[in-house]
Amino acid sequence: MQKALAAIVSRLVIAVPYAWLLVFFLAPFLIVLKISFSSTAIAMPPYTPVLDWTGGISGLIAKFGEFSTFNYEFLFDDSLYLKAYLSSVVIAAISTFLTLLIGYPIAYGMARAPATIRPTLLMLVILPFWTSFLIRVYAWIGILKPEGLLNQLLLAVGLIDEPLIIMNTYTAIFIGIVYSYLPFMILPLYSALEKMDYSLVEAAEDLGCTPFGAFWKVTFPLSIPGIVAGSLLVFIPATGEFVIPDLLGGSQTLMIGKTLWNEFASNRDWPLSSAVAILLLLLLVIPIVLFQNAQAKAQEAGK
Amino acid sequence: MLAGFDNPTSGRIKLDGQDVVGIPPYRRPVNMMFQSYALFPHMNVHDNIAFGLKQEGMPAADIDKRVAEMLKLVKLEQFAKRKPHQLSGGQRQRVALARSVAKRPKVLLLDEPLGALDKKLREETQFELMDLQQQLGLTFVVVTHDQEEAMTMADRIAVMDKGHIMQVATPAEVYEAPASRFVADFIGNVNMFEGTVTGAKPGEVTIATKDGVDVTSQCTGKPETGAPVWFAIRPEKIHITRGKPSTGVNAAEGVVWDIGYLGDMTIFNVKLPGGKVVKTATMNATRTAEEPLSYDDKVWIAFAPESGIVLTS
Amino acid sequence: MNTVWSRFNISSVVLGFAFLYLPIVLLVIYSFNESKLVTVWAGFSTKWYVSLLSNQSVLDAAWVTVRVGILSATVATVLGTLAALTLVRFTRFRGRLLFSGMVFAPLVMPEVITGLSLLLLFVAIGLDRGFITVTLAHITFTMCFVAVVVQSRLMTFDRSLEEAAMDLGAPPVKTFFQITLPVILPAIISGWMLAFTLSLDDLVISNFTSGPGATTLPMKIYSQVRLGVTPEINAICSLMIGVVALGVIGASLVNKRREVQRLRDEQAARQGNG
Repeated sequence: MQKALAAIVSRLVIAVPYAWLLVFFLAPFLIVLKISFSSTAIAMPPYTPVLDWTGGISGLIAKFGEFSTFNYEFLFDDSLYLKAYLSSVVIAAISTFLTLLIGYPIAYGMARAPATIRPTLLMLVILPFWTSFLIRVYAWIGILKPEGLLNQLLLAVGLIDEPLIIMNTYTAIFIGIVYSYLPFMILPLYSALEKMDYSLVEAAEDLGCTPFGAFWKVTFPLSIPGIVAGSLLVFIPATGEFVIPDLLGGSQTLMIGKTLWNEFASNRDWPLSSAVAILLLLLLVIPIVLFQNAQAKAQEAGK
Repeated sequence: MLAGFDNPTSGRIKLDGQDVVGIPPYRRPVNMMFQSYALFPHMNVHDNIAFGLKQEGMPAADIDKRVAEMLKLVKLEQFAKRKPHQLSGGQRQRVALARSVAKRPKVLLLDEPLGALDKKLREETQFELMDLQQQLGLTFVVVTHDQEEAMTMADRIAVMDKGHIMQVATPAEVYEAPASRFVADFIGNVNMFEGTVTGAKPGEVTIATKDGVDVTSQCTGKPETGAPVWFAIRPEKIHITRGKPSTGVNAAEGVVWDIGYLGDMTIFNVKLPGGKVVKTATMNATRTAEEPLSYDDKVWIAFAPESGIVLTS
Repeated sequence: MNTVWSRFNISSVVLGFAFLYLPIVLLVIYSFNESKLVTVWAGFSTKWYVSLLSNQSVLDAAWVTVRVGILSATVATVLGTLAALTLVRFTRFRGRLLFSGMVFAPLVMPEVITGLSLLLLFVAIGLDRGFITVTLAHITFTMCFVAVVVQSRLMTFDRSLEEAAMDLGAPPVKTFFQITLPVILPAIISGWMLAFTLSLDDLVISNFTSGPGATTLPMKIYSQVRLGVTPEINAICSLMIGVVALGVIGASLVNKRREVQRLRDEQAARQGNG
């Protein structure tokens, strides 16, 4: 009886989360896919065809005839969307690189810190994670505004004569992304650097490397898994970012996450925003697969 | 497989005549002491030992009595309220032992029970385990990779290679009369000479070895002339002398190639003219030898016909 | 290993932390600003906090957020733990690849897509947007984070503990509740905390899936921010930061004390008996 009970329980263990994800993850995704092939209608829900069972199987098949690739054609025809995709990727790539440049010395410094204070430093990096993303982005508005704190400071010091316009430019977006995603970069870098045996560097220097040579030939190559993981962890969410371009980038900057939201909320064009979402996902498939592979490799190595 | 976590692909496991294959681990009268001890980290020592008894549905008062008895047995009475992480390695090992014998199993399996202890502690505990086993009167099945440990603790040793039992015998038999080259090599050190039988008398064979030494040895079987055999001899059964031994047979000349001084004995590796290095061990019965052997000294090695064993597989 | 913590290393860490914390510190400081203009310091005042406490819509939003957070984190913890068990313990069943894909995909899926797709589902099945839909959405995306946290704990779980329990006569289900669950409980609790914080913070998915009457605090802040920076928003943000900081620092202090206690115990054990 125990055995039968165990068998039932293990079925349930699998079935419950499985069913949940099927209903709330896979099904919605398929709906997005379906709607992206529908056309806009002034109705609720604002698209046709609406699949329902009232017409029976034959009615359902007939409705498939109404599907079109119109939304996708529209996306490719209108250069606005292509530009939005492109600029999202470019912005994400540049921000990722900047994050790496800033994050690497921090992670390196942490990994070389005395072992007693390392846990505290680590906690200090993780702590911002727990404060709201929105709040952290909001904090920068007060700093970057034309009459904001940064300009006040620079004017007072006399470095500039008139306020810098940073708010509502791409620069503000870069700052926002670098700031918000810096911990994502530091953590994998730190864990790669901290794991590294420092006697390797000493060995390299013993064998005649300069300190910089030792860093470049030993430390850096060994931290590449951390660089890859950190970069993908920044790049993937940054590409689809919505809050940062919306709050810091203003109306003049272009990013696909914001475009999707506008199509959806302002224009109420659900089919088009679905098509935007599908293409965004396709765009991210390659980095996501790369990331999963890197993770799997790291897990394998950790065993 | 004995504990029931795996099922054999073929064959039977019988316990007191009852086939136990297919009985899940939680119903078998077999308990196990794990290599990692597997003490439940969230329970104190008392609760760890009581765990199995509670599963049996034993009344609480009896459980307390049995646990107290077990704690006394392993001399940990004052540690009942401690959590496993508050114990030293040796104490954890004893808690694990107490827990696994608390249910009075028919057979206790011990998977590398002393593997996590350091060498000194391990040797002490070996004898403690043997005493316990006699007090409790249970059958212990000990799995170990440490040959010395097996020799010390066991009444009977089963030497296994890739899942097959090669020999089951007393420690002395396994050492002095190994059934195969694998067993001879696995337990202790051994010099192995490959050769062919050149003559056979009842109880004795002569062998021409590939290393150029002719061997006369006692032999229980009756190998045929020309058959390939191996002659195995333990290092401590080879004598090493400066002069040529008087017997004439089972002797060879060589040079001292390596010396390893171990305190109680000295290991001399002697290189024969054919290139074979023979390992010998000499007890250091007196504090200083009159004329110690040194590297490259010419020496003779010799052994008695009943010192080695002839193996056919 | 004698690492010399060089001047370069120290300064990069200090500058890095300054960059991470300065904006937040400034935000908190200016929440105590007397002036309505956020950027001009006009003296210390707590009046924005006072006005916050009388702002019913903010209080309502906070209450909604907490309820959504607790409910979704709890359900997500149960589902996520089950998912983690499935991933670690059942290595072979039909559809395992799809399952692990569905667990890991939401972790890297842009929030806009998750939000949009859930909204379209709710519309398709005719569920009115509101408290229930936000909660369902939060459960779905936070359960995957819980699954990852619990999964990594289960991977290092010493299976011999379970074998020992079964060897001592505990059947599998009992073994799970008496041994496995208590041992992995810390990971489950941190999974819950992660889920709760993610739910508190979430803006994008809530924006898609919430409806009238279920405005969460981030949604409220967001709509205010779009109208401009005010000391009142600074005050809300400071309060949220304060609550989270207290929670995280408190938890880590408890952890640290436990760790110190453990080290001391181990030392005592070593000295007490070899």
